[in-house]
Amino acid sequence: MTDFTITIDGVTVAARPGQTIMEAADAAGIYIPRLCDHVGLRHQGGCRVCTVKAAGRSVASCTQPVTPEMKVESETPHIHSMRRNLVEMLFHEGNHLCPICEASGNCELQAMAYRLGMNEPTRFPYLEPSRALDASHPDIALDTNRCISCGRCIRASQDVDGKGVFGYVGRGIHRRVAVNGSDLAHTNAAVTDFAVSDEVCPVGCIIRKGKGFSVPIGERDFDHGLIGKDIEDRKK
Amino acid sequence: MADLMTVRDTDVAEICGGFGNDPHRLLDILLTIQRQNHWISPQAMTEVAACVGLTRIEVEGTASFYSFLSLTPKGRVSIRLCDDIIDRHAGFAAVVAVFEAELGIKLGQTSADGQFSLDQTPCIGMCDQAPAAMVNEVILTKLTVDRAREVARSLQSGQRPEVLVSAEFEPLTPYQRVVAAVDNNIRQTGAVLLGPVPRDEGLRKAVEMAPEAIIETIRASGLRGCGGAGFTTGAKWRFAANETAAKRFVLCNADEGEPGTFKDRVLLTERPDLLIEGMTIAARAVGAAEGLIYLRGEYVYLRDHLLSVLAARREAGLLGQSILGIQGFDFDVRLQMGAGAYICGEEGALISSCEGLPGTPKTRPPFPVTRGYLGFPTVVNNVETFSHAARILDKGAAWFHAIGTEGSHGTKLFCVSGDCVWPGVYELPYGLTVMELLALSGAEDAAAVQVGGPSGTMIGRDSFHRKLSFDDLATGGAVIVFNGTRNILEIVEYYLSFFVHESCGYCTPCRVGNVFLQKAIQKFRGGFAGAEDIEYLKDLSATIIETSRCGLGTTSPNPVLTTLANFPLVYSAVRRESEDGMLAAFDIQSAISNARGIAHRRSYIFDRDFTK
Repeated sequence: MTDFTITIDGVTVAARPGQTIMEAADAAGIYIPRLCDHVGLRHQGGCRVCTVKAAGRSVASCTQPVTPEMKVESETPHIHSMRRNLVEMLFHEGNHLCPICEASGNCELQAMAYRLGMNEPTRFPYLEPSRALDASHPDIALDTNRCISCGRCIRASQDVDGKGVFGYVGRGIHRRVAVNGSDLAHTNAAVTDFAVSDEVCPVGCIIRKGKGFSVPIGERDFDHGLIGKDIEDRKK
Repeated sequence: MADLMTVRDTDVAEICGGFGNDPHRLLDILLTIQRQNHWISPQAMTEVAACVGLTRIEVEGTASFYSFLSLTPKGRVSIRLCDDIIDRHAGFAAVVAVFEAELGIKLGQTSADGQFSLDQTPCIGMCDQAPAAMVNEVILTKLTVDRAREVARSLQSGQRPEVLVSAEFEPLTPYQRVVAAVDNNIRQTGAVLLGPVPRDEGLRKAVEMAPEAIIETIRASGLRGCGGAGFTTGAKWRFAANETAAKRFVLCNADEGEPGTFKDRVLLTERPDLLIEGMTIAARAVGAAEGLIYLRGEYVYLRDHLLSVLAARREAGLLGQSILGIQGFDFDVRLQMGAGAYICGEEGALISSCEGLPGTPKTRPPFPVTRGYLGFPTVVNNVETFSHAARILDKGAAWFHAIGTEGSHGTKLFCVSGDCVWPGVYELPYGLTVMELLALSGAEDAAAVQVGGPSGTMIGRDSFHRKLSFDDLATGGAVIVFNGTRNILEIVEYYLSFFVHESCGYCTPCRVGNVFLQKAIQKFRGGFAGAEDIEYLKDLSATIIETSRCGLGTTSPNPVLTTLANFPLVYSAVRRESEDGMLAAFDIQSAISNARGIAHRRSYIFDRDFTK
């Protein structure tokens, strides 16, 4: 099959067979919000923030393949409001205290909240789970209170590092990221792992010890622009 | 406790070796360890990982997913009381009280001597004979306070659970053991499945036909999947047959988990040959040599019965090499036990589970017909669907097509339970009205009917004229009857708690949204909800439905949405309007109760009896 086009919110963009909607959008400089998807990692389709309507059906744009002349709706008020609901759910599911979190300013969850206009009190109840901190490893700490179950560390460790340090355990609301051992010190995790690098964990769950707060507020990643700006800049 | 705490490494290695150290058999391995040791210890997980070549966290991922696998020690006798809403209406609480009193443990606990554990479990497929329970692999039904006491005392005296089914259990055949424990409650037989059925006539005709002709017959019959989704069976088989692949698989979905559904239980009991005949025909049609029956963990009491039927068919040349003497027609079926997870009824999750993984649905596309079990094209059909297929090959597409209504052909096994005189299975053509079925089952005083189980539709009297069919009221089988004394919001909250328990947790809206939905209904039940909460329910439901990854999340808000539409007064009756401009939902007493406890004093402002 040769290349074809699709439309995203009425804009015609080029697409290749085998591409996902998100990949085609990225290439065209159209940003579709996402949290669990990350360049270079397998697509998971778990956070659902990238939900779009394609041919009238709701799909995750990170996993849905493009088809010729597909009509995609992304930035409608309805989809926008559902995305904000999903991001609010992630905030309420864990314990996200931005003012005391070292990821503040670099955090994709926080940045997504700003982008989606989550700037008034939410209607959801707080689940306030009680989750232990794993500071056993000399170079790395794990605060799963801030985990949003995106699984990026799991895929990075499995597929890129070839280690399998992280994995999911449990089911439903109790499903959690856990480590391949009694604690992080009893795994073969290293601070040099891609899975542990600051680009993989979107929040402040995986912490590299001794590195926190080294960049002042005002100079952090999302102090320079909304999340997705790098992709939108491609259009210019 | 010592013998409960330690799993000898050699045992684990032996168990893994028994399954060829195959990581795809991880669920069987863990189920065997659970049965022998009553839990999966950390040490056992490490050992299993080493034996089958997985990481420890992968083994833990599977072990921690399924309800029937435990990461803490359980009793040698595991008592699981079914707490479906039907069981609750039938006296669940009284039965629990008896077991708690007799065994000296609470629900969720294991006795100190490691002898008993007492748990609750969602619908085990016995709604027509509730309250029901599982004791290890034995099913007990129609529990009363007296019967529960008798059961508890018998178990405490050291009797095996099997004795509770029959004093002479051992001499019984596997089939006799099944029917001694569980009633079929067949109330109405039909022309297709529960009436007289000749043995293997469909298969004999199928082997005379070209594979494409078999698929065309199924397509022309109008058969649609009977598990609930209603996908056209002929199309599914054709997709799988047309894939270029080294091999293909035929999987039977016997993970009948939708609360209120128990028709597959009856078919597996009374028509297992017909089911396997249907699978064999499907294998012939799509070119599969291997098949699996995925049997829900709750139906483990059917295991030996099904294994004996499979063995007899191998013996008779109806399974295995050269079926019916035809060179090159090879097909065999393995029984895969589930382990307590409703989500495994979703075909992707079912395949994951068969592969030894946690039961999380797979990303679609690719669909199972393209990339299914172990990455090969796979046909997944429900028990009832395969059974229909076998009959269609015998009697012809036109015969089947003529039964039922346009778009919904053939008969359907309806499972009626709840407030009716004759709960059980009714085989009737599609297209009859709810009212007709209620009359047959002695449920004339029905006030609400849950059609299709929790993921279906709750209707009131003004909708009883509607037809049971794919185009009007679709159902995988469940028709749950509630009379006017039942509390609709209690039912709704129960169903939401079921979905919260059974969500796999893969995607945000289903994992988190359903928890919020349940909390919102609790707010109504507590009388703290205001007018804005109706809009909140609708908005939250829309997000869950439109963004969830699989059918669980796209249907879990249905109990809320269908009762909001059909029983709006139920919601407005418990709404509290704000009297003073304050948020009605805010309850100051419960808000300050924690602080009150910490401070060891009461509030001057909010405790009216402060001076006392």
